[in-house]
Amino acid sequence: MAVEPLLSVRDLTVTFATDGGPVRAVDSLSFDVERGRTLGIVGESGSGKSVTSMAVMGLHTGADVSGSITMEGRELVGLAERDLNRLRGRKMAMIFQDPLSSLHPYYTVGEQIAEHHRVHFGSRRAASRRRAVEMLAEVGIPEPRRRAGEYPHRFSGGMRQRVMVAMALACEPDLLIADEPTTALDVTVQAQILELIARIQQERDLAVVLITHDLGVVARVAHDVLVMYGGRAAERAPVDVVFAAPAHPYTRGLLDSLPRLDDADDAPLRAIPGSPPSLLAPAPGCAFAPRCRRAASAGAEARQRCERVEPGPVAVAGHMVACHLPLGPDAAPCTPSSEATP
Amino acid sequence: MTNDNTTRPGPARPVHGPLLSVRDLTMTFPGGRGRSARPVRAVDNVGFDVARGETLGLVGESGCGKSTTGRMIVRLLEPTGGSVTYDGRDISHLSQRDLRPLRQEIQMVFQDPHSSLNPRRTVARIIAEPLLVQGRTAAEARRRAAELMELVGLIPEHIDRRPHEFSGGQAQRIGIARALATGPRLIVADEPVSALDVSVQAQIVNLMGRLQRELSLAYLFIAHDLAVVRRVCDRVAVMYLGRIVEIGPKERVYAAPAHPYTRSLLSAVPLPDPVRERARERITLLGDPPSPASPPPGCTFHPRCPKARQICRTETPELGPPAPGEVRQVACHFPETP
Repeated sequence: MAVEPLLSVRDLTVTFATDGGPVRAVDSLSFDVERGRTLGIVGESGSGKSVTSMAVMGLHTGADVSGSITMEGRELVGLAERDLNRLRGRKMAMIFQDPLSSLHPYYTVGEQIAEHHRVHFGSRRAASRRRAVEMLAEVGIPEPRRRAGEYPHRFSGGMRQRVMVAMALACEPDLLIADEPTTALDVTVQAQILELIARIQQERDLAVVLITHDLGVVARVAHDVLVMYGGRAAERAPVDVVFAAPAHPYTRGLLDSLPRLDDADDAPLRAIPGSPPSLLAPAPGCAFAPRCRRAASAGAEARQRCERVEPGPVAVAGHMVACHLPLGPDAAPCTPSSEATP
Repeated sequence: MTNDNTTRPGPARPVHGPLLSVRDLTMTFPGGRGRSARPVRAVDNVGFDVARGETLGLVGESGCGKSTTGRMIVRLLEPTGGSVTYDGRDISHLSQRDLRPLRQEIQMVFQDPHSSLNPRRTVARIIAEPLLVQGRTAAEARRRAAELMELVGLIPEHIDRRPHEFSGGQAQRIGIARALATGPRLIVADEPVSALDVSVQAQIVNLMGRLQRELSLAYLFIAHDLAVVRRVCDRVAVMYLGRIVEIGPKERVYAAPAHPYTRSLLSAVPLPDPVRERARERITLLGDPPSPASPPPGCTFHPRCPKARQICRTETPELGPPAPGEVRQVACHFPETP
């Protein structure tokens, strides 16, 4: 796969100034996304996954963003707001968790989609309006001509998210960033939206960045997975590798702790002890070390290294992992839990 | 745990029959403002039992009435129809005063631990509050609160901290400790893990399992996450638009769902396994769940049902007794046959 990536992120660091001192929400993050592929970014609250997507869109006005974000070779970090505005919507678009709060309640759905098109293409009112109806049809909204004239509150949660997808795609961007696009939706509606995104991706050869906490969603739609923890990349690999042979103890722990629908086991789950770290007081070493069983059971010297030295990313055969004690590819497969933990 | 015999109800009660018995339970909310306002039947003729020490999972999508059902059982809401019988006694219309002794026995755990804990109070006060209401002395209540903290895996030395000093998972442990304070036998848990981080959910699931075994608790476990429910419950009831469409032992319902809605619900849940996901056959439902304010006629699932026929549009299928040789009940004109 020697394809030139569409989006290339290198050493991205996002720091916010807070009353409690600077908070590094994203720390030295690197990844690529190619056309036609979906990168799933997985993490829990405070992992930095949403901050990353906002940084790519250039939406962090108050934060200090360093490193490099290039789109088709063009650097986005430090780009003037005016130039960014030209790219946003046109080259890259974003959909969010809660479609109702991202839609303007005073304008009809059709007007909101058409405005996008007018701004970026300078098209006439009638043409942009036609485009809006076309887009609503494309995302599977029945009676698009009539629905284009309705206000967002008339749409159900799933239909609103379809409207967001229509709006995001109206200007034919190359990159779609979807931040927890189905988290607020019911599971039957989630399945519809995931299918919609996958279909449109195929038709348009879109690069998609899907941000989620749900490992099931990632398994269903992602080609590559980036696991984040405490603002850093823990692991990055093709989806099958991440699920079949996770190298980071955190990834492994997440998979082991998950109750599974296809598992009739009643034994207690193998929970990860503790809670995700606070970014206000980051540990000097590996962010996961305080919760890591592998570190805890390692020798004193190795454990000290985990606690004091931040592990840098190491790449082995396309599989990147940031861990002093990575799991080997021959570690026991990730089967549903059978052993109990206190 | 220490031998605190005051926390368990006395042995005088009959131990036969289900602990909780719900029959024809109905909740109709008056319609909102405006001319088009119509009453909303959020829960419609729901019936089930919960045995002592058992977990019944109540699953469904938003607006299906699962939380309203839970709130009627703990009597945060008074049902507009049907009955809730706890330990042989109809509690559906008891006055707040008569409910008081029952509040020791039926407790609730909420979804968002932080918003269900008073931020100005210490953990000691939060957990001890139900005991103070029951007339225990402050010293007794505080000692008991410390014991309960230990029981749920919190550090008793943190007893004078306030909720914001705890993480989400720890705050949910506080909520559970508070629910356990009066020695309940039934806990209604409404989405107890869905606001927690994935890595923390398993801790709370395990904790609730251990407490159930140690204290012989019965749970009504309300959740939308079907994988979590499979792990924690003995039996499961699936709700759609205010009604139970399928109920039975979880092995049966999960392995061979009979209602088309249960089938599509299960097939919609993504598995954390890319290889199986690609191989999986999915039934994708069309449309969204309808609004309970204007339910479709006949079987309320028929507009989305891949199997719907004429009778489904006109006649509401009842949740009849189980078929011969079957253990689960299903409300469908054309259930899947095993």
